[in-house]
Amino acid sequence: MQVMSNQYKLSARNIALRTVVEYPPRGRIFDRNHKLLVYNDAVYDLLVIPRQVKVIDTLKFCRLLQIDKAFFKQQMADAKHYSYYKPSVFLKQLSKKDKGPIEEILYEFPGFYFQRRMLRHYPHPIAAHLLGSVGEVNPGDLRNDPFYSQGDYIGKTGIEQYYEKELRGQKGSRIVEVDVHNNVKGSFQNGRFDTLAVPGADLTLSLSAKLQAYGEKLMQNKKGSIVAIDPGSGEILAMVSSPSYDPNLLVGRQRSKNYLMLLHDSLNPLINRAISGLYPPGSTFKLVDALIALQDGVITKNTPFTCQGTASKPIACSHDHVSPLKLERAIALSCNSYFWKTFQRIIDNPAFSNTHLAYEDWYNKVMTFGFGQAFKTDIPFEKKGSIPTRRYYDKLYHGSWNALTVRSLSIGQGEILATPVQMANLAAIIANQGFYISPHFLVKMSGDDSLSERYKKIHKINIKAAYFKIARRSMQKVFDEDDGTARFYKMDSISQAGKTGTVQNPHGKDHSIFMAFAPVDHPTIALAVIVENAGYGATWAAPIASLMIEKYLRGNIKRKRLEKRIMQGDLIHHLKHTKK
Amino acid sequence: MSRRGNIIGELDWITLVLYILLVTYGWLSIYSATSGEQATHLFDLSQRYGKQLLWIGMALVLAFAILIIDAKFFSTFAFAFYFLMLIVLVGVLLFGKTVAGSKSWFQMGSFALQPAEFAKFATALALAKYLSRLNVDLRLLKNKLAAIVILAVPAVLILLQNDTGSALVYFAFVLVLFREGLSGLIIVVGVLMTALFITTVIWGEIYVSAAIILITAFGFLLNRKLRKNLMSVLGILILSVVFVSTVHYAFENILEPHQRVRIQVMLGLKKDIHGAGYNVNQAKIAIGSGGLNGKGYREGMLTRNHFVPEQSTDFIFCTVGEERGFIGSSVLILLFLALFIRIILLAERQRSPFSRIYGYGVASILFFHFTVNIAMTIGLAPVVGIPLPFFSYGGSSLWAFTVLLFIFIKQDANRLNVL
Repeated sequence: MQVMSNQYKLSARNIALRTVVEYPPRGRIFDRNHKLLVYNDAVYDLLVIPRQVKVIDTLKFCRLLQIDKAFFKQQMADAKHYSYYKPSVFLKQLSKKDKGPIEEILYEFPGFYFQRRMLRHYPHPIAAHLLGSVGEVNPGDLRNDPFYSQGDYIGKTGIEQYYEKELRGQKGSRIVEVDVHNNVKGSFQNGRFDTLAVPGADLTLSLSAKLQAYGEKLMQNKKGSIVAIDPGSGEILAMVSSPSYDPNLLVGRQRSKNYLMLLHDSLNPLINRAISGLYPPGSTFKLVDALIALQDGVITKNTPFTCQGTASKPIACSHDHVSPLKLERAIALSCNSYFWKTFQRIIDNPAFSNTHLAYEDWYNKVMTFGFGQAFKTDIPFEKKGSIPTRRYYDKLYHGSWNALTVRSLSIGQGEILATPVQMANLAAIIANQGFYISPHFLVKMSGDDSLSERYKKIHKINIKAAYFKIARRSMQKVFDEDDGTARFYKMDSISQAGKTGTVQNPHGKDHSIFMAFAPVDHPTIALAVIVENAGYGATWAAPIASLMIEKYLRGNIKRKRLEKRIMQGDLIHHLKHTKK
Repeated sequence: MSRRGNIIGELDWITLVLYILLVTYGWLSIYSATSGEQATHLFDLSQRYGKQLLWIGMALVLAFAILIIDAKFFSTFAFAFYFLMLIVLVGVLLFGKTVAGSKSWFQMGSFALQPAEFAKFATALALAKYLSRLNVDLRLLKNKLAAIVILAVPAVLILLQNDTGSALVYFAFVLVLFREGLSGLIIVVGVLMTALFITTVIWGEIYVSAAIILITAFGFLLNRKLRKNLMSVLGILILSVVFVSTVHYAFENILEPHQRVRIQVMLGLKKDIHGAGYNVNQAKIAIGSGGLNGKGYREGMLTRNHFVPEQSTDFIFCTVGEERGFIGSSVLILLFLALFIRIILLAERQRSPFSRIYGYGVASILFFHFTVNIAMTIGLAPVVGIPLPFFSYGGSSLWAFTVLLFIFIKQDANRLNVL
């Protein structure tokens, strides 16, 4: 008999039952001191069911909602076009304050009702890049994950995207019976099949809101980035990308308008330079070469090299200093000649049968520092950077190359590219004297203790601790020696270690780079600062790093004049001007 | 031999109990289909279940009245009833009210009556009266024609009201004529014509004509008897092909567009679940989702929430199917079958031809309604709007079927008084 089929049972359910989705609240996000960074704010959509709308006082209604009559007519026409029986959104995302007076007399207008929705809200307008934003799902999301349905929200970028599955929680559902006019008639079988929504997990990030806000202030009107890490744990304390924007811009009714505005801004504020900005590490990379050379035994800390200053060959040294120099002084003064010669010794090491094998060994050692690869933690859209491989040069130079050909690598220039996070990680490695834990954000997640375990793995660098001690001491000299490149930013109460970098930039003024950690004996902060087109590392990046250290370790700033100079420094608008 | 005065003792209680069971089952289904969530009291006359209770009460009064009237009254005034009915049918054409495209209702205040329902028993009476005449022999062409005229006049009047379903009911009387001596050939011819019609609508006249010719040719080759009756076989063949070639014209020009679509939907030539096929599709889903045991009384999701149009009237079978499942539907069908068999058995024991013929008329009409209604509900027949006897909501049909049945019960109770 054709009427006997399971298909009919299904059809009957499809016809007479509706599943009403109960949305869970999205998890909140806190900083390391339990300061709230992101929470949910209730807004209200005004919905309309055209069939239930009686003849109303349109004028009064429009005045109440502060809309004009044309808008009213348009919205009603759209709603009717969609369906007479199903609800349509009449007015989107009213705040609780706006909703109050409307709700009071809404009973006069049958067919209209409010539905609560949750929007992200950011009490502090900081860390826009790394927190990311939430937006409506696109067709691709709908195809990839059956969890979502049309109009749902999903983390689009940053932490919101990376921890989407944890933050979103679990939807609940209520099955209701409807009649032929789509009126809800009550729950199906007394809610036997209903499920409750499970709220999303709350995240605690390693970020320090205070330090992050301070960093963003220091970087205002500059292009660049600051990444600060707690070296012992790999937890990221601050990740500044400048120019930035208020994360509240990408929420609610104005989201798409603001997004387009930011997208078309010539300074690219949407780009997170801390993870997707690729810079040659410049002189900060000299530490890596020094450490490898010490480990390889091609130099000792007492090996002297001469320097002819600007007349040096094949790489000129811009620093005017005494010659010859030993390793620690060479780092403190950032002598280019010294590190060209060091690099030459690494590549021409007689322990290897040819220079290409020596290069490959150098390459492998550099990679253990975390360069040329993504950390694959909870930093989405992280760029890998690059350390040129032997095969790359073989191809480029048709197999015929040597230390001289790739000499730029000795001073962190040329084909080497690294992200600010990788540079900060280098500072952390030296601070830790030989190991790092991949930089990450997550500290704690409510309802799941195992998750934070993911980011405990220790990456050891196969270089003796004694050599790291040398590196550390020489970095301290950058601040402490009378001719150190960061001598002006020495503090009496906090010992600092750092390394300047001035990166030649074919597109304009040099980038100012600095990496540092403090306090030197028991480092609790390691950081890298990049200020684009700002000139010497010592001019901008070093004082910014030093102020960040002071802020983090002391809490308040004593060097007010320095702070004022940095905060008032405007490197953008002048830049824009020269471009024209 | 007179047992006069003891009507109670002579009543056929089996028929009576079946009648009461059917009406009760029907009312329970109507209550489920129309009460919704907030059922007030049973006699709420603003609700269909309340009204139906009133109609049932009045039907019982009518039934009682019929039982106490002299049995001869109906045979004596059979033609009077018939002609009165014809006048009413003409009257409804002139003064009637149009409901759902059919001009077949008399409106009196909030109360409407459908004369076509009552025309059935009047026609049954008239046919029985005519055929029971001693000098009437259905083998004679003259008598045949007279019987057909008795049936055709009310049928045509009802057809003019645009109530095709009720007019089709008059085909049911063929069964009566068959019992009274009409050649069985006519039924064979009818079945054949229907088969040809349907196959032609599905496959087109060329294929069907070719098939007829091929089958006949094979018959000739295999069967010697056929070869002997060459001329008559050829005649049938030619008539069949001519009939087939007119199907297309008849289908496109005689049938109304909505009838055409309903037939196409029934044959699966058209799938229009939002238009013409909507009702049947929803009905099938309701019945099909009931499964073996049904969803339980007043638990039908589609029934309670009014997804099947006309669910308390012509599509009442859905309610049974969805809420009582296969078992409940079977009970309904068995009750009807029991009633038909009982009526036929009673008809066969009548001494007077009038009672017997009338009995067959009652059985035929009920059987036709029952078959066509359930077939259309489950999509085996095109949708023609005729009610399920004793079940469907509506005063006119309930009263008409009650009168139809109880006249027969009265005749049966009186059978021993007939010499």
